[in-house]
Amino acid sequence: MEESSSGNMRSSEQGEEMKKVQEKSVKKRSKEEEEEQEQIFSFSSKPAEEEDEDLSDSEDSVYSGLEDSGSDSEDDEENDEQEVEGSDDDDLKAEPGQNLQEEEKKGGETDRLDEYEYDSSDEEDIRNTVGNIPMEWYKDFPHIGYDLDGKKICKPIRNKDELDDFLDKMENPDYWRTVHDKQTGSDIVLSDEQVELVNRLQRGQFGDVNFNEYQPQVEFFSSDLMLHPVTNRPADKRSFIPSLLEKEKVSKLVHAIKMGWIKPRRQNDDGGGRYYDLWASEDSSILANHRMHLPAPKIPLPGHHESYNPPPEYLFTDEERALWEQQDPSDRKCPFVPRKFSSLRQVPAFPRFIHERFERCLDLYLCPRQRKMRVNVNPDDLIPKLPKPKDLQPFPTTQSLVYRGHSGLVRSISVSPSGQWLASGSDDGSVRFWEVRSSRCMKTVEVGGAVKSIAWNPNPSVCLLAVALGSRVLILSPALADRQVLSSSEKLLSGQQEAESPEGAGSVTWSEGEGEELNQGIRLKIQHPKDVHQVVWHAKGDYLASVMPDHSSHLQVFIHQVSRRRSQNPFRKNKGLVQCVSFHPVRPYFFVATQRSVRIYNLVKQEMTKKLQANSKWISSMAVHPGGDHVICGSYDCRLSWFDLDLSTKPYKMLRHHKKAVRGVAYHRLYPLFASASDDGSVIVCHGTVYSDLLQNPLIVPVKVLRGHVITHDLGVLDVTFHPTQPWIFSSGADATIRLFT
Amino acid sequence: MGGLQKKKFERGSATNYITRNKARKKLQLSLPDFRRLCILKGIYPHEPKHKKKVNKGSTAARTFYLLKDIRFLLHEPIVGKFRDYKVFVRKLKKAYGKTEYSDVERLRENKPTYKLDHIIKERYPSFIDALRDIDDSLCMCFLFSTFARTGKCHVQTIQLCRRLTVEWMNFVIASRALKKVFISIKGIYYQAEVMGQLTTWLVPYQFSHDHPTDVDYRVMATFTELYTTLLGFVNFRLYHSLNLVYPPKLDSKAASELKEEDEDDYAMNSESYLEKLSALSDSLTRVFSTAEEEEAELDQFPVEGEDLEKMEAREKEQRQQEVQKKLFEGLKFFLNREVPRESLAFVIRCFGGEVSWDKSVCIGSTYEVTDETITHHIVDRPNIDKQYINRYYIQPQWVYDCVNAKVRLPVEDYFIGVTLPPHLSPFVEEKDGDYVPPEKLKIMALQRGEKPAQEEEEDDEEGEDEEEGDEDEEEEEEEDEEEEGAEEKNLKKLEEQKSQGKSLQVKVTAGKVKTENPARLEQEEKAEEKRLAIMMMKKKEKYLYDKIMFGKKRKIREANKLAAKRKAHDDAEKLKKKKAKK
Repeated sequence: MEESSSGNMRSSEQGEEMKKVQEKSVKKRSKEEEEEQEQIFSFSSKPAEEEDEDLSDSEDSVYSGLEDSGSDSEDDEENDEQEVEGSDDDDLKAEPGQNLQEEEKKGGETDRLDEYEYDSSDEEDIRNTVGNIPMEWYKDFPHIGYDLDGKKICKPIRNKDELDDFLDKMENPDYWRTVHDKQTGSDIVLSDEQVELVNRLQRGQFGDVNFNEYQPQVEFFSSDLMLHPVTNRPADKRSFIPSLLEKEKVSKLVHAIKMGWIKPRRQNDDGGGRYYDLWASEDSSILANHRMHLPAPKIPLPGHHESYNPPPEYLFTDEERALWEQQDPSDRKCPFVPRKFSSLRQVPAFPRFIHERFERCLDLYLCPRQRKMRVNVNPDDLIPKLPKPKDLQPFPTTQSLVYRGHSGLVRSISVSPSGQWLASGSDDGSVRFWEVRSSRCMKTVEVGGAVKSIAWNPNPSVCLLAVALGSRVLILSPALADRQVLSSSEKLLSGQQEAESPEGAGSVTWSEGEGEELNQGIRLKIQHPKDVHQVVWHAKGDYLASVMPDHSSHLQVFIHQVSRRRSQNPFRKNKGLVQCVSFHPVRPYFFVATQRSVRIYNLVKQEMTKKLQANSKWISSMAVHPGGDHVICGSYDCRLSWFDLDLSTKPYKMLRHHKKAVRGVAYHRLYPLFASASDDGSVIVCHGTVYSDLLQNPLIVPVKVLRGHVITHDLGVLDVTFHPTQPWIFSSGADATIRLFT
Repeated sequence: MGGLQKKKFERGSATNYITRNKARKKLQLSLPDFRRLCILKGIYPHEPKHKKKVNKGSTAARTFYLLKDIRFLLHEPIVGKFRDYKVFVRKLKKAYGKTEYSDVERLRENKPTYKLDHIIKERYPSFIDALRDIDDSLCMCFLFSTFARTGKCHVQTIQLCRRLTVEWMNFVIASRALKKVFISIKGIYYQAEVMGQLTTWLVPYQFSHDHPTDVDYRVMATFTELYTTLLGFVNFRLYHSLNLVYPPKLDSKAASELKEEDEDDYAMNSESYLEKLSALSDSLTRVFSTAEEEEAELDQFPVEGEDLEKMEAREKEQRQQEVQKKLFEGLKFFLNREVPRESLAFVIRCFGGEVSWDKSVCIGSTYEVTDETITHHIVDRPNIDKQYINRYYIQPQWVYDCVNAKVRLPVEDYFIGVTLPPHLSPFVEEKDGDYVPPEKLKIMALQRGEKPAQEEEEDDEEGEDEEEGDEDEEEEEEEDEEEEGAEEKNLKKLEEQKSQGKSLQVKVTAGKVKTENPARLEQEEKAEEKRLAIMMMKKKEKYLYDKIMFGKKRKIREANKLAAKRKAHDDAEKLKKKKAKK
């Protein structure tokens, strides 16, 4: 078809040549088709007619190419019609020839209008020979093209303008079926049949009304055995002889299989037969004895919070949710947010499902496994079995009296050997004397300075008190005893000062109290070179030791003899910062506690006998057992260490009972009790039996925690001391009170 | 000094371990292959006690394997198969490059494959070992069976997983081994007791997965390869232990019934049988068609004392289990189309119920909606148009809750449109001191056979009495907790009392008789005793004790928190109710 249209564009002569070419091609095509039809089809209905058609067609095309006359046209038309009515398969074949015929007709009868009547093709109208060009090109010319004879085709006389068009639209009843032919510039009114044809085509139907689209199919290749063969051709010779080529190929393959180059096709055994009873004969495999195999731990089972409809308490509150979102995913206790759905159909897919499975996989093959021994201990079994405190009575249990009157923190307290009087020294610069049973303040002595330490003379036959304040040590005679005692203490104080002692005495000066001081009871003043922190009496009551902690000098400890008003410095060398000192109750030993250790000196032999290692950072206080074989040390790092001197130089027991620094420790003189006071405001009383049997270790049982002191300025209880005869304990605190627990 | 100097790292722990890279080189495998081998053989890294020693003085982070393990891998025949596969890939590439498509086809057909049978046998020397480890394989297979048949893994794997899981479910039904079910937000947990081993698996909800990008599917596929093999063998053995035919076949009678229906609607011919199996609606063929399994009666042995008690307890338990197995016997269920069919059908059939569904939902429905003998109709929509009088319309949670409670719960709480009671996890076993949700207490009361009637009446009246009861319970709990953490609290109280007593002496003019509770006093005394004894503990023991007590206290704190939350919630609910009334 394209060939023909391109031919139209050229001159008629050229067109003729083209026609010839076309004819030939048509011939060829028709012949081929014939053959095909012979081979494939056997039109049992009308083979003869077909042949006729073919003949006529070929004839027709031959003639039409040569002759230009329109005389044959009638016959041709008839032929055309025949073809259309005949088998549909021939349509394709017939068309080329038909086109040629039309061209002929147009050559002869350009002005005939009824050509549409028999025009069955959808071929272009070719009265105008300009071809398939945009017609605007002829816009400025009076003609719109040329007919087959080369004459101009003139435009219709008057072109319609918009108004005409509109009027036409309004008035002409046939306007809707009028079509403007651009090629000829004429309007064509479509007939009813044509309109219907257009409608049918629009609907996608065949143009021909009578055409049956669904003709019954004739099955000529059926399962039935036919009487005659389809073709009558005798079989080829090659169909009787084995193929050499194939033989060669097969032998090659056989050889390859033989040599193992090609493996035979494996059959797929993916059926049920794949599985069998693997554990039919159960035996311990290599693996079992090969290594210590740890089976993977199972995934923990879900709790209530994972439910799709959990109880309301398991859902997150807003704060919990916010917290959850803030947390790092690895820190989260629960890896998902619990949610509640009112019914099962609303539950969506869990978005992290595959992730979780994958993580499990990773755990299985990437995580080292370890057997963790889980301690399954009943915590109560860990608590040591101790004798009941009830059986260890008596010990102080309740706070019974509070001694108020001081205005500063009470640093030191001391009880008279008779147990009737209590002396206390405070930062407010006063020393007060209390009657123990009535909590009445009997006497107040203003000493004019913060009292660091206070100690009652342990000798019951004298009534003296040593007070350390600043760089002085005062000896007070409180006059709280009967006449005999007073006179004996006077006697002790009246001893005359000896001549200058050779060593160290130069730094210490003794002087008597004068004037007002005498009225207050201050009898002796011992001036030290530095601040005195502690004073301690010997059990006999004649000797007095004072401590002046100082790193740089060896003048840290002085031992004074009151009766002879003599002082001496027992140590030549500085062995560390001295914290406190103490006399042995019976033997001539002297305990010196430095920062980390306690040294014991034999005063007679003048040598060190023992050095106790307190495993603490800074010793604060020390007390010696009345038997003299045991020492307790309190330290600022909250510990209390009990030393058994017969056992070792290391503490026999470390007690970490307190939460804060231990400030004071004390032994009871008669009862097996000791106590420690600490900055956490508590006094802990422990039972500490010491056996005379050397093989038996001391029994230490805490029996009571006494509270009552108020913590002020981070200081709690500063000093603690027992009543000499009763199981009572006094404690002085930073809250300016002294308390008695009975 | 004489003698050779000992070289470092030539003895001791340094020689017992091998780093991953060295192991890989020793085995001559690429990293993916090494990983695959480790997964299949169950080799995992080890954390040496002294890392620096093993690491030859360096502290770099390395993964260590036991040298013995790696030596063990050396003899693995699968390593050879991995190499074969490498060669195969090379050949295939070459054939493609030369466009020799016939060769490609041939190579494809002879693609080297390996079997994991011997590995399974090696890793699980006895059947019980395999059962103990079946959890993960079940989870994985259930996950893979829900994958779409595109992309992420081979279609055959998915089909195989599906087949194996269906077989497993059919086995659980046949053996009535299911014990607990739990609907969580992740999926549905099932727990079955198979040959004395508790097996728990998680089935995701039937939705398409949105495949994450940060997951290595090759690892998962390797695991699945192993797990499908394991599950296949386990299924085989389990089926044979129950005298069932493996691969499973439907009962001939049932099969013939099914055939009447037009199968083409549901599945391709090749798949229809699996589909029918997965409908879970029919029993399986047995090798010997016995009428009923014989009840394994416990023989009576002459026993004394404690043994007798134990024996009785065991018998009682067994009886209970028997009752549980027949929980839904005689009930006829019908599943509406919006409920999860497979899960419900599985659970109901596991406890002897009959179940059916709409014909258009799935193959294998046995009766219609119109069947008059249906007792329970499971619905998960707010209301339903056409209701039959002689059946209960209940929500699916009822089935699961009944299974967990081991009794048929009252249906009233589960009717259509009713707010469901919370669904509790059956896996939580509360010890004393743990928080127990009130719903659990209710269920426990039901299990003991107590009638909930009173409570319900009270509910109807006001709902206050019950709440009071709850509060009482809570108080009791609190008291328990106090006992637990007695030391500190008691001491505090003591101190408070003391301080109060002191202040009273000062402030109050009229003297009051101090009522002393002797029991309380004694308690306090004991508490103090304990506290003092704790002071005397050794450092090491104290540390341990503190740790244990910390854990306990935390537990108590959490329980208290939950209780408080619950109380607040209940109060809020009550208020709301009151407001609504007004």
